[in-house]
Amino acid sequence: MSAATVFFYLFSFVTIASAAMVISGRNPVHSVLFLILAFVSAAGLFVLAGAEFLAMLLVVVYVGAVMVLFLFVVMMLDVDFAELQKSIRRHLPLGGLIGAIVLAELVLVVGAWQVAPQAALGTPTPGNLSNTAALGQVLYTQYVYLFQAAGFVLLTAMIGAIVLTLHHRPNVKRQNISAQNARTRATAIENKQVPSRTGVPVP
Amino acid sequence: MVIGLEHYLIVAAIVFTLGVAGIILNRKNVIIILMSIELILLSVNINLVAFSAKLHDLTGQIFALFILTVAAAEAAIGLAILVTYFRNRRTIAVDDINMMKG
Repeated sequence: MSAATVFFYLFSFVTIASAAMVISGRNPVHSVLFLILAFVSAAGLFVLAGAEFLAMLLVVVYVGAVMVLFLFVVMMLDVDFAELQKSIRRHLPLGGLIGAIVLAELVLVVGAWQVAPQAALGTPTPGNLSNTAALGQVLYTQYVYLFQAAGFVLLTAMIGAIVLTLHHRPNVKRQNISAQNARTRATAIENKQVPSRTGVPVP
Repeated sequence: MVIGLEHYLIVAAIVFTLGVAGIILNRKNVIIILMSIELILLSVNINLVAFSAKLHDLTGQIFALFILTVAAAEAAIGLAILVTYFRNRRTIAVDDINMMKG
């Protein structure tokens, strides 16, 4: 058994086990942490398949940004999760049945298909380049419009998330710097003639 | 024993199934449902990368890149909706999300 085989089984076992822990965990924080473990071990699978750039992207961008966002939200929301978990036992037969059917259908396909002989390769992997360089050469030429479209999707998501979560509190006192700078002696100071032995009523 | 395409496909199929089952099992908990969707997208990525390696074709990896983009956007929007909903209703149970039913 070669090292690649051993690592494949290690990574795939960890991926599947942590995916199972994600859906069965009691505590959502644990679920998010197991999801991170699943993504990291899937990145190991990507490395074994020769997709180093995607593996690094998965670890750096996905685990580093998206999953940390998940973790923030889960820890920020003060939700009684035990109440939400009650339905898991009731749905277990249905979920297990549908899962078994889906898995059986997917596994039946394995070995029963072949690549269409007339199908042509879209972008054959160049042999003399590293994975990152080859991806860059294809991504910025052949797929440049899709690349821009993906950027627009992210921009839309960013604006949408900001619009959804930003809310103005009415009773907060904020500093208005331009109004402060525009104050003059005439607007700021008022002279009052105070008669002797009396005060000035405070507004 | 050489690791071939089928091994990757079976791993991806199991992860996909776990994602689908997770949606059904945790039908009340939106956060777990979002995580199950992430699992499903991850399994799709495993499939695409495996085919890309098998066929020596970079298109699969490009596609996986775009799926990662869309998944990140989906997670951000989903969590934003979740935060807004929790701020308004103090709960995130799916059964209570029926205000827009009319």
